[in-house]
Amino acid sequence: MIEMIKVSKWFGLFQALEDVDLAVARGEKVVVCGPSGSGKSTLIRLVNRLEAHQRGRVVVDGVELDDDPKTVDRVRREVGMVFQSFNLFPHLTVLENLTLAPVWVKHVPRKEAEETAMHFLARVRIPEQAAKYPSQLSGGQQQRVAIARALCMRPKLMLFDEPTSALDPEMIKEVLDVMVELAREGMTMMVVTHEMGFAKTVADRVVFMDGGRVVEAAPPAEFFGAPKTDRAKLFLSQVLGH
Amino acid sequence: MKWVRTNLFGSWPETVATLLILWILWKTVPPFIDWAFLDAVWKPDSKACRAGEGACWGFIAEKHRFILFGTYPYELHWRPAIATLVLIGLWVFSAFRVFWKSWLALVWLAGLTVIGILMWGGVLGMPYVENERWGGLILTLLLTTFGLAFAFPLSILLALGRRSEMPVIRGLCVGYIELIRGVPLISLLFMASVMLPLFLPSGVTIDKMLRAQIAMILFATAYLAEVIRGGLQAIPKGQYDAAHALALPFWRRTYLIILPQALRIAVPALVNNFIAFFKDTSLVLIIGLFDLLSTVKISLHEPAWTGFGVEAYIFASLVYFVFCAAMSRYSKSFEHQR
Repeated sequence: MIEMIKVSKWFGLFQALEDVDLAVARGEKVVVCGPSGSGKSTLIRLVNRLEAHQRGRVVVDGVELDDDPKTVDRVRREVGMVFQSFNLFPHLTVLENLTLAPVWVKHVPRKEAEETAMHFLARVRIPEQAAKYPSQLSGGQQQRVAIARALCMRPKLMLFDEPTSALDPEMIKEVLDVMVELAREGMTMMVVTHEMGFAKTVADRVVFMDGGRVVEAAPPAEFFGAPKTDRAKLFLSQVLGH
Repeated sequence: MKWVRTNLFGSWPETVATLLILWILWKTVPPFIDWAFLDAVWKPDSKACRAGEGACWGFIAEKHRFILFGTYPYELHWRPAIATLVLIGLWVFSAFRVFWKSWLALVWLAGLTVIGILMWGGVLGMPYVENERWGGLILTLLLTTFGLAFAFPLSILLALGRRSEMPVIRGLCVGYIELIRGVPLISLLFMASVMLPLFLPSGVTIDKMLRAQIAMILFATAYLAEVIRGGLQAIPKGQYDAAHALALPFWRRTYLIILPQALRIAVPALVNNFIAFFKDTSLVLIIGLFDLLSTVKISLHEPAWTGFGVEAYIFASLVYFVFCAAMSRYSKSFEHQR
């Protein structure tokens, strides 16, 4: 589903990613973790070209990303994304947030788009909030709306960029529950997160990054049980240590 | 009593300020009321005005038709009068959200056609009146209406262009904005009335009103563009990320996500500019068009009525004030709703 080959990325003189190789198979759930500034967000943003890589190749669902807007557009239609700060559209209701892209990008009839929207709102367990504006919802509810919004485009792949980092602790679970459910249904997922519990239960593979490189990539049992590198050990002692 | 004590005499400085203000009011308000009402002369009789102590409202009674309609033929004043009401009616009608449908454009088209027929005439047995003779309130309102109707969409394009990633477009937009903002409106109006005809091929003439209108549109566009750019810059990057991730193409993204938020942020500054623009239309006086303020000025030239400028300008101020106050009240309703 995703194939990255020797991908490098610079912000000015700072090298954010260095020769990253990563493949995500259809149906696979990959959790990306690492200290802040390690390049995990940049890595996930390459997949739908919110950032452009400068060296190497990124292939998503058989389409190689380049500067051509058509290629980028084809990939973005197939890839859903959930952000740390939700990024719902504040001037639209929850329902409008969900139907906007299907109606204007995929030209789904409004009626059908609304039915789909209500279906996914029910899936994330907040159908009663459809007529409200994002600012009237709690953080956890907003993030679940954001997940539903991405799902309304019927993506083949979902990207999660620290989806619970901006949430109060009591709301983290409601969002993770929705993500676990999604994973059980077979969605291909790439998740940047510090929630190691989620990684243990859901991930097929944990990718540990540091300094713009993939340092370790292993199934969770192996990664958490016997990390190979000192940097991974240090990181795990910090995130699991309290 | 308690309210008075806590709010007006709560402390020494407050007490001093309250007494000072009361004294100023005592010195100014009663004399003004004497002047404006009790001693005022209401009859249109300039001799009585000169003899009397108070305001000469007779001047307004005598001259209000010239002030409101300018040099438009006197016996045809009913035409600009109806046109003015139609134009104000269109604005009031458009202020209601329930009418914000696509057919509103047709209502405007119909309304403006009616105004055009009334003002120009030449059909339905109405004598033709060339637009050199239009003046007064309707001229002010028409210049404002058409000025904003063209300047506002153009300024959105200009603001978007200024933030474009394409260097040529960005450079052109920045150049235009800086150039226009760098010169006073008066000089643009002079250029439009004096220089523009020099560049046109011989035989082609554009009438004075249209030239002034174009100059005002060019001017307002540059200013409004900067206001809108301010709104655009206030949109968090995450909104763009989300729109990109949903594969919304540029114009959809701009129209559906970015502009609705940016314009709402810009409402107070936009209204500020609209009001300024409304009042700036009075500058067309210098190229020989007679808007509301110019007609006031000219009516003072008549020997019998020289010296009653205060009354005349109070009248003009009231007319301007009513329109500006309406605009600012209306804009408040935008700021409060989501």
